Amino acid sequence: MRRWWIRSPGPALPADTATATEQNPPDPGRPVGRRVALGLLGVGTLGIITGTRAQSAVSSFLAPIQVHDPTGLTSLLPVGDTFRYYSVTRGAPTRDARSYRLAVNGLVDHPATFTLADLKAMPQTELVRDFQCVTGWRVPQVHWRGVRLSTILDRAGVKASGRALRLTSFDGTYTDSLTLDQARVPDVLVALQMLGDDVTHNHGGPVRLYVAPMYGYKSVKWLSGIEVTDQVIPGYWENRGYDVDGFVGKSNGRDIDEHT
Amino acid sequence: MSTPETTVPPETGQQIDRFSRSSRWVHWLSAIFMTICILTAAILYNGSIAVLVGHRYLVEQIHVYSGFALPLPLTVGIFNRGYRDDARRLNRFAPQDWAWLRSRARRDGTIEVGKFNAGQKLNASLSAGSIGVLLISGVVMYFTSLAPLPWRSGATFVHDWFALAVGLLVVGHIAMAAKDPHSLTGMRTGRVPLRWARREHAAWAREIAGDPPATTRDSAPRN
Repeated sequence: MRRWWIRSPGPALPADTATATEQNPPDPGRPVGRRVALGLLGVGTLGIITGTRAQSAVSSFLAPIQVHDPTGLTSLLPVGDTFRYYSVTRGAPTRDARSYRLAVNGLVDHPATFTLADLKAMPQTELVRDFQCVTGWRVPQVHWRGVRLSTILDRAGVKASGRALRLTSFDGTYTDSLTLDQARVPDVLVALQMLGDDVTHNHGGPVRLYVAPMYGYKSVKWLSGIEVTDQVIPGYWENRGYDVDGFVGKSNGRDIDEHT
Repeated sequence: MSTPETTVPPETGQQIDRFSRSSRWVHWLSAIFMTICILTAAILYNGSIAVLVGHRYLVEQIHVYSGFALPLPLTVGIFNRGYRDDARRLNRFAPQDWAWLRSRARRDGTIEVGKFNAGQKLNASLSAGSIGVLLISGVVMYFTSLAPLPWRSGATFVHDWFALAVGLLVVGHIAMAAKDPHSLTGMRTGRVPLRWARREHAAWAREIAGDPPATTRDSAPRN
């Protein structure tokens, strides 16, 4: 590799001498600007291809610094492995133990409305699984606790004509869908806790969905309604191009299973 | 840091052309798209701001389309000769550019600077390269069917860090420009005082006005 940063006259570059002055027949210089730009493109492309590993390296390097940083400035660095706040509206209204309700209706034998206390009284399941966004960011090994969606469906009694779920959010806008088969997978939770505590408002609390095998857009925040339908009704992001069957690694441009 | 701009009264002396209309259009359109990208990026990235603003889909669309638009002025400008000439000057690093970068006294005019000093050249190439990287990584993130998931993770990682770096670059660029009113006027109106050019860009001023080097040095007022 040529050491372009070393000063040297370099070969004559006739096309580029046009800007030179007459008094001082100059060295037109080397196209360093282009090399810098192309170098950045190379680094960027390499980062995309090897990104998961590079990010882990940077995270493990920065994490100890962040812990001992009294200024808090390192929290502005894109360290990775952290949640990013997503809301498609101005934000959802606040619901607490008194005001929260989860409606289960549609093609069910026993339409019901559950309070937070009702949900807490049901059998709780704990999971430690990754949260993976379709755009690429991921939070590894998140602790989740809540009621299996299948438990709630069994209580309501899904009619034979039921095929899918339409899930709604009390932000008033967000929706999503799951087929009944997907909804009955054991690692699909109506989550009451995440990260070791009650689900906070900004994480979609007091109750959100967590669909472990799928991308984050399937894990509806501020969950307020579960309606059993006779067909899949695409949800908010699915109407905007994301796959309805949002399995991590097997949708949105990926056909084969992969575990990274 | 010197404050030489105070030595050149704004409305005195001969004015010379510094930036063509095309170069200024490219600069200011890029500035507008870059500003929109940075503001929307702050909303998308910073949790505290995101909680206040919400509306992720709308903000994301504004960010993505400003991002797609950002390289367009820089690219379309190639059809203009004045812009091409500026781009060529920014691209070329002569030995005195390296000397200028290393010198602590780079602002005193001892090292004669052409139309652009080495800092401006670096800013241009770092900006251009970073805009390219942000475009590529942004496309990988936005069109999720293009690349496998690990690449999207990598693209997110790259996009985050380059965005941070470009943000600092832009802040630095604005800070440098704000310190020199003539430099700002040059990009706004296209014209600068010859006296300012002789002091800040002596080699270029000589090229335009044709003065011998010695005169240029002597005529440059000192603080």
